[in-house]
Amino acid sequence: MFAFTYHRPDTLTQAVGLLRGREEAKPLAGGQTLIATLKQRLAAPSDLVDLGALPALRAIARVDGRLVIGAMARHADVEASPLVRESLPALAALAGLIGDPAVRNRGTLGGSIANNDPSADYPAGCLALDATIVTDRREIAAADFFIGLFETALEPDEIIIQVAFPLGGEGTYEKFRNPASRYAMAGVFIWRGQALPGEGPVRVAVTGAGQGGVFRWSEAEAALAAHFSPTALAGLVLSGDEMIEDIHGSGAYRAHLVGAMARRAVARMTQAGA
Amino acid sequence: MQPTSFKDTSLVRAPAHPLALSVNGAAVSVTVDVRTLLVQLLRDELRLTGTHVGCDTSQCGACTVLVDGAAVKACAVLAVQVEGREVRTIEGVATAETLHPMQEAFREHHGLQCGFCTPGMILAAMDMVRRHGPVLDEATVRADLEGNLCRCTGYHNIVKAIIAGARAMGAGPAVGLD
Repeated sequence: MFAFTYHRPDTLTQAVGLLRGREEAKPLAGGQTLIATLKQRLAAPSDLVDLGALPALRAIARVDGRLVIGAMARHADVEASPLVRESLPALAALAGLIGDPAVRNRGTLGGSIANNDPSADYPAGCLALDATIVTDRREIAAADFFIGLFETALEPDEIIIQVAFPLGGEGTYEKFRNPASRYAMAGVFIWRGQALPGEGPVRVAVTGAGQGGVFRWSEAEAALAAHFSPTALAGLVLSGDEMIEDIHGSGAYRAHLVGAMARRAVARMTQAGA
Repeated sequence: MQPTSFKDTSLVRAPAHPLALSVNGAAVSVTVDVRTLLVQLLRDELRLTGTHVGCDTSQCGACTVLVDGAAVKACAVLAVQVEGREVRTIEGVATAETLHPMQEAFREHHGLQCGFCTPGMILAAMDMVRRHGPVLDEATVRADLEGNLCRCTGYHNIVKAIIAGARAMGAGPAVGLD
């Protein structure tokens, strides 16, 4: 690890103040990605601002018809929360598929989406559920938040406080995980519910596969809006040229996996409703 | 043979940082380089070498310890992040001459061969009981062993040991989680 200065603020205001004016400072949430990155010397922040002493950021509550999850809520908190399991069971299930139990005891919602790893699970959940990311200074729609590979709309000194998920409709997340890393080789979150103005009644968000990180698969959304059944997706395949290609699989393989996960998710939703 | 210590060799030292925490029930006050990992604090500073370093990439689970009762991978946590917390390692689970019920179950069911993964397995198993209660089914145990690798046993006896150890923790006097 390269040397850094460590800070452990007691308040959000202090935390933002510490990030401001220190260009190379980084917030530290659960550290399940950041610490590995530091160990490999792939990052050299001047300062780490540990958000671990801000317990208010860990709360989970229902507020005005939305499920509001604190940025420092651990994956294990979300997985086990009776409130999440009851109001957004697909999100609780998604959290339970991240890493392994010890990683889930440390990793956080805010850390996951701020990092925007193209193979992380939460970005698909946030995008499909049309979540709002609430920071210390503004609210950002998930559609505007995830910009590209490891890139978000966050300013360098901006801290995520919580994520608000609208309730209503139903969702399912299907994931094909890399057997070693447990990251998604392809993860598909499908939401179906009341259409917003100018939107369809189905959202399909894909993680783990796209070269630019999480994305909406509009062709699948249109097909499912017309006929919500796995057969509606038959023959729909993404272009392998736009998919991640690495030692774990080719672009064409990942494009195929996305289709398979999407059909599996729809099958599960239609069986549950039958 | 690889040295067990993997202290950073960088010429630039990060500032030393005072740190107070509880380890196996005892108060510990130390000054650490802020880059010190929890596993380095435990092994190199406190000489609690029962916490092992396997992969050092938070996949194998050999470094699993409990922080406030929850299993974490000590190679993926900075020591300064556990300021004020209670850490429990394998050295802190038995009482005097009596093995913890989970340790006893691993002995009874032959849940180990070389033993390298065992400390992490025992603490991960205790975390399973914290999360699911003392009645565990095989599918749950196998799924929750996702992050603990064993290269000897094929897991079969580990799974049997954890199911039996969990039951013993539920049935026995309050030697269970804390």
